[in-house]
Amino acid sequence: MRIFGLSFKVIKTLLTTQYAYMLEYRIEIALWALSGVLPFIMFSLWSQNDVGNSFGLNDIGLARYFLSAFLVRQFSVVWVVFSFEEDSISGRLSPYLLQPLHPLFRYVASHLAEQATRLPFAIAIAITFFILNPSSFWLPSLPQFFLAYLSTHFAFTIAFLLQSLVAALCFWTEKSSALERLIFVPYLFLSGLLVPLSAFPSNVLKVAMITPFPYLINFPAKILSGMPVDIFDGFLAQIMWISILVPSVNILWKLGVKRYTAMGA
Amino acid sequence: MIVVDQLSKYYRVANKQPGFKGTLKHFFDRKTYDIPAVTDISFKISPGEVVGFLGANGAGKTTLLKMMCGLIHPSTGLVDVSGYSPQRRQTAFLKEITLVMGQKQQLIWDLPPMDSLYVNAAVYGLSDHEAKVRINELAEMLELGEELTRPVRKLSLGQRMKSEILAALLHKPSVLFLDEPTLGLDVNAQARVRSFLSEYNKRTGATILLTSHYMADITALCPRVICIHKGKLFYDGDLDSLANSLSPSREVKVELKNPCASEQFEKYGVIQDLNDRFVCLLVSRDKLTDVVSNLLTDFDIIDLEISDPPIDQLIGELFIKGEVN
Repeated sequence: MRIFGLSFKVIKTLLTTQYAYMLEYRIEIALWALSGVLPFIMFSLWSQNDVGNSFGLNDIGLARYFLSAFLVRQFSVVWVVFSFEEDSISGRLSPYLLQPLHPLFRYVASHLAEQATRLPFAIAIAITFFILNPSSFWLPSLPQFFLAYLSTHFAFTIAFLLQSLVAALCFWTEKSSALERLIFVPYLFLSGLLVPLSAFPSNVLKVAMITPFPYLINFPAKILSGMPVDIFDGFLAQIMWISILVPSVNILWKLGVKRYTAMGA
Repeated sequence: MIVVDQLSKYYRVANKQPGFKGTLKHFFDRKTYDIPAVTDISFKISPGEVVGFLGANGAGKTTLLKMMCGLIHPSTGLVDVSGYSPQRRQTAFLKEITLVMGQKQQLIWDLPPMDSLYVNAAVYGLSDHEAKVRINELAEMLELGEELTRPVRKLSLGQRMKSEILAALLHKPSVLFLDEPTLGLDVNAQARVRSFLSEYNKRTGATILLTSHYMADITALCPRVICIHKGKLFYDGDLDSLANSLSPSREVKVELKNPCASEQFEKYGVIQDLNDRFVCLLVSRDKLTDVVSNLLTDFDIIDLEISDPPIDQLIGELFIKGEVN
């Protein structure tokens, strides 16, 4: 059986090795998980006044949305541009380029392994949230959970491809993490991490919806929290962005590798 | 067979003048230009050969190696390694080669080498049984045991380098590109890596291309050397011929029973060193037999040793001459 051209054995070995590696850093990962509490800060901010009502959400709806946003963020966070830049500048990329495995698969494996390591911490944080806000407790139905799970993985794929596109610019600029800021700012505002997109004026919302950002947090979080959402349109948009980004990353990577000078190696 | 034909590589660089003014100028009006790292180099290497690349720092030998293994693209010229164009990095080609860089590592720092070895085994499509047999075989040759199950960060530099070599050779590559494989190792570890590479070449018939700053690596492993100076091919041939052509003389070291004046030795050769009872003479090869015979007759000698001048000294002189010319 092959997935994306990789044998099951390669996938299994990469994932188990990366998971073992991540377990070496479990304390750091717990801290990273804790550092992702921005949605809770936003929740406490919006729930202190009536602004939340203008989003069309009561306190319970708001709590569920931001907890869902937190969980989606935990399993779609991406840092490939930083790892890639470091590997590229230090020369660690060189041996990876000379192996019959696309280097990006190693980064995918390390992200997935990190998600698995984050899982218990994310569950613990969710339980704590329910203890502090018992009225907001809910359990999504099985189909709801499955769709949220799928859309979160698609969100991760889009975020990973977007950052890989920026990472490939390392072949030109050497400091492409600076360019990542260009993605991070619109991501912060348009993904739904700070506020549900329903709070945006309709013309801003129209512009936001033609970018990939609402499909990174807002869409999966809405499914998970049980808010009304157009599931078909959402998945269609996610698949469309993946279809655009995969060849784009591929082309930019091929062009970039020709410029690689194996600095520091 | 490796064929390198009129290969050149230029790097685009930007110079920055020191100081605040230089910084502003560098920011707003950056001037870039191309510097040649390798210029118009051609040679052929037969399967199973062990070839050493010699050159001062920045001579272009590592750039040449990187082009041959496909890591960087040449600016002009052709490289053919076992029928493949390296820069295309086809899977079949990548399975044939390996690159070991003395100052870089591919092993995962916080895990034991064994974990990285099993990743490599999977990536290169080895079965579990094949991987186990291969790891055991190479570990035995490299004298590695329980080090393979200890985190890489806890290993000594020598153990780490040997583990790196094991990881790089797991898939039985037929062409080895080694860039300073003994860098930073102590004398004993260097000797072990050298003897392993020699043994590996004998057992598998693999082609080995090696750069090293340690002449001992080159003299122990490479019958053929390619000297690069300022990106150009300076010499391509066997090491002995290079030594002979560079130094038609041999060193004669004599330990005398009693001290003698330097004038007494001038007729025998060029005095390299004279210290109390020890004399070192440089004698041309054609007069060597006569000189040694006369020395033994004319002086009361405790010990006499004949040797070639150190090859690194000769190579150093070669590059200085090249610089002057």
